[in-house]
Amino acid sequence: MNTELLGIIATYGLTLLIGIPLGIYLAKMFAGEKVWTDFLKPLEKGIYKLSGINPEESMNWKQHMKALLTINLVWLVYGFFALIYQDKLPLNPDGNLGQSPDLAFNSIISFVVNCNLQHYSGESGATYFTQHFVFMFLQFVSAATGIAAAVVLFKAFRDKTTTSLGNFWVFFTRSITRLLLPLSVVVAIILAFNGTTTSYEGKDKYISLQGDTVNVSRGPAAGFVAIKHLGTNGGGWFGVNSTHPIENPNYLTNMTEAISQVIIPVAMIFAFGYFIRRKKMAWVIFGIMTLGMMLLLVPTVISETGGSPAIAKMGISQATGAMEGKEVRFGPTATAYWSTVTTIISTGSINSMHDSAMPLTGMYQLIAMMMNCFYGGCGVGILNYFIFIIIAVFISGLMVGRTPEFLGHKVEAREVKIASIIALLHPFIILVGTALAAYTITYFPDAGWAVKPASWLNNPGFHGFSEMLYENTSAAANNGSGFEGLGDNNIFWNVVTGFVLILGRFLPIIGPVAIAGLLASKKYIPESAGTLKTDTLTFGIMTFVVIVIIAALAFFPALTLGPVAEYFTLIK
Amino acid sequence: MKKYIIPSLRLTGVLMVLLCVIYPLAIAYAGKFTPGEGSGEKVTKNGKVVGYALIGQSFTKPEYFWGRPSAVGYNAAGSGGSNKGPSNADYLKDVSGRIDTLLKYHPYLKKSDIPADMVTASGSGLDPNISEAGAIMQIKRVAAYRKLDERVVAEAVVKNTEGPLFGLFGPSRVNVLKLNVALDELKK
Repeated sequence: MNTELLGIIATYGLTLLIGIPLGIYLAKMFAGEKVWTDFLKPLEKGIYKLSGINPEESMNWKQHMKALLTINLVWLVYGFFALIYQDKLPLNPDGNLGQSPDLAFNSIISFVVNCNLQHYSGESGATYFTQHFVFMFLQFVSAATGIAAAVVLFKAFRDKTTTSLGNFWVFFTRSITRLLLPLSVVVAIILAFNGTTTSYEGKDKYISLQGDTVNVSRGPAAGFVAIKHLGTNGGGWFGVNSTHPIENPNYLTNMTEAISQVIIPVAMIFAFGYFIRRKKMAWVIFGIMTLGMMLLLVPTVISETGGSPAIAKMGISQATGAMEGKEVRFGPTATAYWSTVTTIISTGSINSMHDSAMPLTGMYQLIAMMMNCFYGGCGVGILNYFIFIIIAVFISGLMVGRTPEFLGHKVEAREVKIASIIALLHPFIILVGTALAAYTITYFPDAGWAVKPASWLNNPGFHGFSEMLYENTSAAANNGSGFEGLGDNNIFWNVVTGFVLILGRFLPIIGPVAIAGLLASKKYIPESAGTLKTDTLTFGIMTFVVIVIIAALAFFPALTLGPVAEYFTLIK
Repeated sequence: MKKYIIPSLRLTGVLMVLLCVIYPLAIAYAGKFTPGEGSGEKVTKNGKVVGYALIGQSFTKPEYFWGRPSAVGYNAAGSGGSNKGPSNADYLKDVSGRIDTLLKYHPYLKKSDIPADMVTASGSGLDPNISEAGAIMQIKRVAAYRKLDERVVAEAVVKNTEGPLFGLFGPSRVNVLKLNVALDELKK
């Protein structure tokens, strides 16, 4: 077997080897049972005390959401002003300028919502201050926000009937102290020892072997790159993200980064099952999510290792696959693997230029973000999947003619309404955003913005349409990767994706938590022979079918206009 | 909401100290013990710094091994790929032009000897590596311009080829800068 294929098999194997036990640990830790990290309790106590938080106070689902939204609002306001005035703040060795208001609006939303779309380049658009105190800070806390919201949902199904769902600040703080921070230290040190820079020296200048004078951007990237993956954030220190040789120096770091972005989403599935004492359910959800991932991964690997048909016609050798926009040290196979995991999970970090990927690869990347629940982002992946479970429960209930139930609670009109709205919101904002862009480019090509609509697209034809579709999909899925040829730093894209981002984040968090909170407060009905069992493979497949049908109905026309059409022009 | 605003502000402040000061400083301290002392590993020729091991350089002179095409001209102050789509006609013209250039400088090559990485732009624009095939196809030219035996140059290529990780995972590759430095140092 070739070493490139072996490399991705090992990467995925290691992911499960770390992710599954991590999930069991998380279930115990969030339940307050004894775990080996309890030595951190004094640190947490100190944090609560300094913040004036009473960790014993129990909240219902509405109080949880109020706390979550309040602290997120604080970050939004603070970060917006920090970015605008970054040139006047300390720690700016490269003398970079402040961000324009529309760019700052987009950047701050995008980091608060765990997306990291990045319409700026790290080398020139941010200072060491904002890289640390805005971007890296938000990479930690936005991931912890998602995890804490998921734990609220877990809590709702642990006890039979309850309205007290634990304390938001505790879930949030523990996600950082017991999970994100310790793992980040480990990953950052692995990266540092493989060549990722850690020091605070600014740009360096040297004379190259041929005698050219070259400036090279550096900076303390290792800690940033670690949390960007563990927290499924994806925002890079440098413009080209983990394609940059300093952010991702070799195959070992590539494996490390690919593993670290998947372990928490995988762990959250098992944390759910073990937390609510239904291990079988965790395995069924894991199985279905893995099926979804494999159905995207295998064709992606085939499409990339097959090479570009247009270049094949020129008669050169594509021994390992297509190479445009890729790095030699990773090779097309590991690049294909990365492009799948970074899109099914809402990381959005890249180790190649997705814009230059084969048309079908682009389509698989889009589908991964359109479904957005195969593993999914930190905490929010399981929340998204939960929405589809509720819809599947409802449809199955109708099919067999019984009142739909989930884990002993009746699912009624109100819950199904919320679930349907959330499930349809995602395609709605993607398609409206794309339509708006296509309309603008057609009717206002010369609008006087920083980048004129006529020069938005880096590629003509169908691929150009894919660039706009990708940008909106990535924003709605809070993914953050892009077809980076798109000229997106102008008021249109900054504002439109800003709104898409915020809608695509908070409603899909509030919706599932609300459903869980409502269900948990209802009377518990003990399981009987007539109960629809939700931890069986049959029900798992039912959920899968719901996911596929919703995505197919919503997105097929748009995909046909973009990647599918491009594919057929390329092979003709 | 009022009830939550004060704890939100205070928690934000406390966490900033932990996550934005203590954490990065700890990593920066650990970085001091790495090969490049946290500032990036440098490559030297006769004791003089000529670049960074991880950052590719532009090589155009015929006595050097060439790296991959770069969308940013190997300007390491920034980074970037071409972002050209696979069906873009202008882009395909560029690739075809690069093949012709390579054939001009390596008249002994067949088209099928040229690997894709030598005619396509890397993702970062700073790729320090080329594939083994990409180095092998240049041996004859480099040897001729340096008036060296082909076997000596081939040996240098082998010495500067890094195999898969642990011999098992991922592709092999050649670091162009290190290879060229090795050849330059060989000469004297």
